[in-house]
Amino acid sequence: MPNTRSFLAAALLSTAIAPPALAETTLNALFMAQAAYSEADVRAMTDAFAAANPEIKVNLEFVPYEGLHDKTLLALGSGSGYDVVLFDVIWPAEFATNNVLVDVTDRISPEMKDGVLPGAWTTVEYDGKRYGMPWILDTKYLFYNKDILAQAGIEAPPATWAELAQQAQAIKEKGLLEHPIVWSWAQAEAAICDYTTLVSAYGGAFLLDGKPAFQTDGGLEALQYMVDSYNSGLTNPNSKEYLEEDVRRVFQNGEAAFALNWTYMYNLANDPKESKVAGKVGVVPAPGVEGKSTVSAVNGSMGLGITTTSQHPDEAWSYITFMTSQATQNAYARLSLPIWASSYDDPAVTAGQEDMIAAAKTGLAAMYPRPTTPGYQEMSAALQQAIQEALLGQASPADALAQAAEGGL
Amino acid sequence: MSAGLTTLRAWGLMLPLLAVMLAVIGWPFVDTVRLSFTDARLVGMGGDYVGVANYGRLFASSAFWRAFVVTTEFAVVSVFIEMVLGVLVALLLYQNFRGRNVLRALLILPWALPTVVNALLWRLIYNPEYGALNAALVQTGLIEAYRSWLGDPGSALAALIVADAWKNFPLVALISLAALHAVPHDIRAAAIVDGAGALSRFRYVILPYLAGPLMVALVLRTIEAFKVFDIIWVMTRGGPANSTRTLSILVYQEAFSFQRAGSGASLALIVTLAVTVLAVAYAALIRKSAGARF
Amino acid sequence: MERQSLGFTIFLYLAAALLALMILAPFGWLFVMSISSTSDLVSKPLRWWPEESDWSRYRLLFDTTPNTHGASLMAALGNSVKVAAIATVAALAVSVPAGWAVSRSPAVGWSLWLVIGTYMLPPVALAVPLYMGLAGLGMLNTKLGLAVVYLTVLAPFTAWLLKSGFDPIPRDLEMAAAIDGARLDQALRIIILPLAAPVIGTAALFAYLLAWDEFFYALLFTSDQRAKTVTVAIADLAGGRVADYGLIATAGVIAALPPVVFGLFMQRALISGLTAGSVKG
Repeated sequence: MPNTRSFLAAALLSTAIAPPALAETTLNALFMAQAAYSEADVRAMTDAFAAANPEIKVNLEFVPYEGLHDKTLLALGSGSGYDVVLFDVIWPAEFATNNVLVDVTDRISPEMKDGVLPGAWTTVEYDGKRYGMPWILDTKYLFYNKDILAQAGIEAPPATWAELAQQAQAIKEKGLLEHPIVWSWAQAEAAICDYTTLVSAYGGAFLLDGKPAFQTDGGLEALQYMVDSYNSGLTNPNSKEYLEEDVRRVFQNGEAAFALNWTYMYNLANDPKESKVAGKVGVVPAPGVEGKSTVSAVNGSMGLGITTTSQHPDEAWSYITFMTSQATQNAYARLSLPIWASSYDDPAVTAGQEDMIAAAKTGLAAMYPRPTTPGYQEMSAALQQAIQEALLGQASPADALAQAAEGGL
Repeated sequence: MSAGLTTLRAWGLMLPLLAVMLAVIGWPFVDTVRLSFTDARLVGMGGDYVGVANYGRLFASSAFWRAFVVTTEFAVVSVFIEMVLGVLVALLLYQNFRGRNVLRALLILPWALPTVVNALLWRLIYNPEYGALNAALVQTGLIEAYRSWLGDPGSALAALIVADAWKNFPLVALISLAALHAVPHDIRAAAIVDGAGALSRFRYVILPYLAGPLMVALVLRTIEAFKVFDIIWVMTRGGPANSTRTLSILVYQEAFSFQRAGSGASLALIVTLAVTVLAVAYAALIRKSAGARF
Repeated sequence: MERQSLGFTIFLYLAAALLALMILAPFGWLFVMSISSTSDLVSKPLRWWPEESDWSRYRLLFDTTPNTHGASLMAALGNSVKVAAIATVAALAVSVPAGWAVSRSPAVGWSLWLVIGTYMLPPVALAVPLYMGLAGLGMLNTKLGLAVVYLTVLAPFTAWLLKSGFDPIPRDLEMAAAIDGARLDQALRIIILPLAAPVIGTAALFAYLLAWDEFFYALLFTSDQRAKTVTVAIADLAGGRVADYGLIATAGVIAALPPVVFGLFMQRALISGLTAGSVKG
């Protein structure tokens, strides 16, 4: 008992007494452990920054994408919260309205302005101001298993969503796979990204004049496509509980012919250490709809910003500049492609992933935005529910979307 | 000094606990009540008095009623399973057989497993492609093809209930076992001499001794099950199609994801009220039926 | 004990085997997953026992090189140890005197029932003000702040447990001490506390396990390695980018080990605590 007591007292003391103050600046940065750059990449980039800036120490924190939004907000209350946060393209409106992120419009140099792809800038903009630097430039691509397509006698990957269904049907009928297509349709933002891709293909719109418009035309057709694909058995029925990592696992285990996913899957699924389908992975932009579009894409980009509670905005900005610099991004272009226009013609970036780069050139140019509104989280939650209800047959796509349109905004 | 402790001194000894409780529960609770009448947001704060608007909006919202039903279903079914299984296991472990003490020791394991680890474990077991449950059921021929457990609204809540009951039935079993050992031996013997069958022996001789402790377990477990958050957060986050979204998950979403602290507070208070009513009603009901038996 | 028929005996052993399987199978599977190769875990039909055991994940997670999976899990384990210790000590500090007071002076009993009644409050009913309060004090994302919040769960529970543990200790002893001229605090220290040591130990054990298990408050009030506890850390690990189920399973084994070992070795204390309040009523 005395031993326990002194141990407990020691534990109490060690936490009650603050650690000695460091002479250097310490930054806390929040990242996600999901698509795009791996944790190892982010850590390596940060080490390079630390080596170049010995007076700045950066602590990294990784949370699942699902926790990123709430963590960013909750940490605001703590005086020593995060200095640098990764934020999704859908949050600048909310974060600007609630004064979460610092307006960095004036910090951005002309070289940055000109060098970064225009599409990437939309990631960090709200109301004419910029709330950070784009860092992850990403959209959903259609991945396919070259082997399975060849066995089914399919010569080229689909150019339209209708063609995708036909090819999947052929694969199913040949008995190659029971469910050839896999998506991330869990009740989460991932489902909205897949849906948005289809909305862009069908020429739909989320909002018209500030009012919900997804329940009609393209928005409705997009959900109808998902439901048809699900009901026909062409889509892996487990898609309704899958996030991106589940899609990757199924695809790289050789159990899907087609998968919709972010850039990062290309090199991971081609890595023989991780994947059973290495060397057989093909990628094209997500297809279009005849007469409406040739390709489709969702803007799934993310940016790095400085929080309003940061005590070290200058150091934070220099970290962000380093992380988003062309040199850094070119060096780590295997899981996430650079935001810089000229990188796409740099052999150091394109070597070994020419297919990916080709798909990106078309896909990134077609990126369609999710709505920019401070109430995005609620609208997204309502849409997620609508999508799942329609998939599960609890409501028709039209009814489900109409319901979301009523309650969502 | 006859009582050893004067009432004044007793209050003095209570003081630290009461002061701490006032600080970490009393004040926050009162503040939650205040917030529930405002439109305060989590970040940026402020918040104007809006009367009972938050409550009105909640009672009119289908999401609230749906979550209420899901929560009740989760609490009632999982606690029922835990009680039945717990009593049966206690009756088994009360018997004499080799290995009984080892089995009693094992019983503590699921209960000691952290809730989050339990949730992860079952999520892996339920995985639709690579999970052990599908593999086991298909390999033994019990089902024909792999199926989705957590992705199907017809089975998601049931799957969660199984995971929760597995972790919590040992508590009921251990409490029942202790109560069984409190049954005087001669009473049991007398019942056997009287020729009472096993069932009626259980009903009239054993159950009265179990009733009190079981009531405590029932109330405790019901309160906990009604507050459920962790296991659902880790396993389904309320999906698919909100079929496992309980009230606590809804409060989290409202107050922390959507930042509507005011409306979240009013929802949290309704949960509190529901838990209180349920606990009191359970306690009264069981006391009555236990009393009638004597 | 009545004589058992052969049929009953067989039934008994079958039921016992079933129970053992029911308890052990999920545990066993968690462990098997942690030592199976990634390809075994995604094979169809599923491979129930790895071709060769793979312990590399344990090495990975116990490796504390800065900025690795291992470092963050170990830091979180350390935080859990400390937060649970602080919260347990603090909970006992306030609930030992209170439990004794109620046990000896029924007049103050109603206040303890009020405290126990707070058990019905769901954490979500306190979370927003607690969040704002911690933020105001600059105690968000600190171990001390989290431990203080844990008192909401620990203190009512330990007070209840201690009160029912103190009840059977005879009052005569205190009175005898008083007659011998001992002051109240001396009587407490010399006579009561040694007798009450087992029940206090049980309460401490319970408090520690409760704190170790806590997830909701830790999810809300911590944001990084300075205070994040192990429950949040493994939920993050599992929700993030891990293609390998084995790593999740390994982290689960590591996080479960301390409470499960505690549970096995201290089971007498735990069971007496579990049943004290309920059986004696």
